[in-house]
Amino acid sequence: MSGATWEVAESCVDSLNMELVATYYKRLHPTKPELAARRIEAIGYQVGLQLAERYTRDRPRFSDHLESIKFICKDFWAEVFKKQVDNLKTNHKGVFVLQDNRFRWLTRISVDALPLAGAQNESAVAANAVRASQAAGQYLYFPCGLIRGALTNLGVPCGVSAEVTTLPACAFVVRIKV
Amino acid sequence: MRASLRPSDPAASPAVERVNAELFTLTYGAIVRQLLTDYEEIDEVNKQLDTMGYNIGARLVDDFLAKANITKCTDFRETADVIAKVGFKMFLNVTATVANWSSDNMECSLILDDNPLVDFVELPETCQGLSYCNILCGVLRGALEMVSMRTEVKFVKDMLRGDDAFEIRLKLLEHVPEEYPYKNDE
Repeated sequence: MSGATWEVAESCVDSLNMELVATYYKRLHPTKPELAARRIEAIGYQVGLQLAERYTRDRPRFSDHLESIKFICKDFWAEVFKKQVDNLKTNHKGVFVLQDNRFRWLTRISVDALPLAGAQNESAVAANAVRASQAAGQYLYFPCGLIRGALTNLGVPCGVSAEVTTLPACAFVVRIKV
Repeated sequence: MRASLRPSDPAASPAVERVNAELFTLTYGAIVRQLLTDYEEIDEVNKQLDTMGYNIGARLVDDFLAKANITKCTDFRETADVIAKVGFKMFLNVTATVANWSSDNMECSLILDDNPLVDFVELPETCQGLSYCNILCGVLRGALEMVSMRTEVKFVKDMLRGDDAFEIRLKLLEHVPEEYPYKNDE
């Protein structure tokens, strides 16, 4: 059977991602979060390399970096995250920001948020942003690696980091290496 | 077909979201590869995959019970049937065959001819002791333990090692009585 037509329950992918984080952060490297993060990113990178290879096998070569990034924002995102990136920004100096207002892999993460009513509003917003990015942080090394792997396969060597302010929105920052 | 396996009513059972298996298959493969680099002992990797599966199964069983539209199983035979026909179908989109029952009905085999985890996979010589799909054993063990059955689960046939099918041996050790009253802080 070919992998291109086989479908599995989405909860399989979600469970694997969750358990991957638990395995590396809690069991393998409980005292070294940076090491756990690097391992998880490396796993994502490997998957990204392979997925990009498969998704682009019937396409002509991309003419420049922007074309490759657009492919990631549209086709790659649709395949993996079931929607497209909502907004793509660049400083024209090799930095791209991929904004997803409802990043699929963060939609089931909940945060014990502070209520936003009353005079404390502004500090509550800030505190909630910190809580959200803490809760989501561990789960974003895998997709960061995934995107870096895919772009590397398309000939765009880069570094990828993620920023969360309000769940489930997420911005991935791609810095192209020169 | 047993009564508990009646065709599910779409209105009563919320649709299971499906995704292309490629991402799942490749992610699992990359995890196994990374674990093989992290551990020198292949047995440790098998154990780690089983533990990951156990934790997944313990959570996934809720998802299963919520969506599968099945009724309570009356005995272990029925439980095995539900796992093979409904469980594997719902999550991995394959059906298993239940076979080789022991005379005391405590032990049986789940046989799979195909399995999305091993798409694209070949084991190199150096990994012959690896039970590549061991996570599935953990998933079954974890899920069953959450519904009060302590089991022992292991692969006895593996197509990656040259067998003609995947055969998972499922052995019921004991029914664990539910403990209550439940405490909030546990």
